[in-house]
Amino acid sequence: MVEQSAILAEGFPPGVQDFDFESWIPSLRGSEWGLLFTKLTFMVWLAVALLIIYFLVSYRKPQLVPTKKQWLAESIYGFVRKNIAQDVVGKEGLRFAPYLTVLFCFIALTNLFAIIPFFQISPNAHIAFPVVLGVISWLLFIYQGIKKHGAAHYFRVNLFMPGIPWPLYILVTPIELISTFLTRPVTLAVRLFANMFAGHLILLVFTLGGVAMLGSANVFIMGLSVFSFLMAIVMTFFEVMVIFLQAYVFVMLTANYLEGALAEDH
Amino acid sequence: MKILAAEEEGGGNVILPHVPEIIVGIIAFAILCFVLMKFVFPRMEETFRARVDEIEGGIKRAEAAQAEANGLLEQYRAQLAEARTEAARIRDEARADAEGIRQDVLAKAREESDRIIAAGREQLAAQRESIVRELRSEVGTLAVDLAGRIVGESLADEARTRGTVDRFINELGAGAGSR
Repeated sequence: MVEQSAILAEGFPPGVQDFDFESWIPSLRGSEWGLLFTKLTFMVWLAVALLIIYFLVSYRKPQLVPTKKQWLAESIYGFVRKNIAQDVVGKEGLRFAPYLTVLFCFIALTNLFAIIPFFQISPNAHIAFPVVLGVISWLLFIYQGIKKHGAAHYFRVNLFMPGIPWPLYILVTPIELISTFLTRPVTLAVRLFANMFAGHLILLVFTLGGVAMLGSANVFIMGLSVFSFLMAIVMTFFEVMVIFLQAYVFVMLTANYLEGALAEDH
Repeated sequence: MKILAAEEEGGGNVILPHVPEIIVGIIAFAILCFVLMKFVFPRMEETFRARVDEIEGGIKRAEAAQAEANGLLEQYRAQLAEARTEAARIRDEARADAEGIRQDVLAKAREESDRIIAAGREQLAAQRESIVRELRSEVGTLAVDLAGRIVGESLADEARTRGTVDRFINELGAGAGSR
């Protein structure tokens, strides 16, 4: 016990090294490809498996009068369908409801790992996973825009906004290019990543800090470790909020971008 | 010291994505999308649609049932009214019949009483006749007796001798027989 806390206490202060995980295949350790099999990739697969099993099981025999299980699964879909797909994207939004729901469930569940004991970290604290999701959203809205308006019209309307004097294009076009077509995937990915990264770091600070204080020779500092642990609990609750808020924000912004791409005029 | 070591191992790189993780992310997310978007959410949409149909159909069915019920009610009302007029008609008929029967009975009773009265009268007449006849036969005897008492005993002897009484009786008898 004492030894263990000493090891834990050594981890204080936490740093970026706390986000690296050893490969589960020993021969690949140290190599880049070892990252194919780590705690984080396992969690991603686990999230995928859990979601597939959950939805398939609860929607195995759909009934007009739903059972409790079926109702719960329906209300998750219904929530994204009504509040995001229909309200944000608009008339055409219904066909994006399935994708947006998958996105929401996947982000929420992988985020949730951040506070589940023994996992204690979200895969989204590694930027690769948010980047995948951000790039898919980015490609999706550009593709939908081109499909609906044609490439030429879509880019012309978005880059050379009609109704402003042409010299302003020197100023407006680069801004539009950057804000609409270049930074969107980055901001989506970084927002999610940074939240989960920082959340993990904060929890580490308070738990490892508490352990370190507990191991202190000074009785006064030892006593103060209680507050550190208390803060860790408070921040865990705060994390719960961040987890769902970030999933919601990600899906909301994707829907928003889709709405912009599908809009008739800008 | 530890941090530096970590940075050398690539631990300091948190903002650049690792390719293996990107690959895992793409494959895992694609599988998730495929399964849920193919097998789960379309079925949910189907269920939603079926539910809407069911509710709308239910409303329509209820309206049809209401209309049918209204039709039946109208029909029953019509039948009831018909039955009422029928009952009234039957009652009137019965009343008329009863009146007829009463008249018949009265007529018969009157006839019967007339007949009884007539029979009584006839009997009375016959009795009177017979009484008259009896009285007439008695009147002769009575008259002879009376006359004998008035004329006296002597006359009785003389009459016996002369046969006047026989003659008188014969005349009387002839008078009554001729009448």
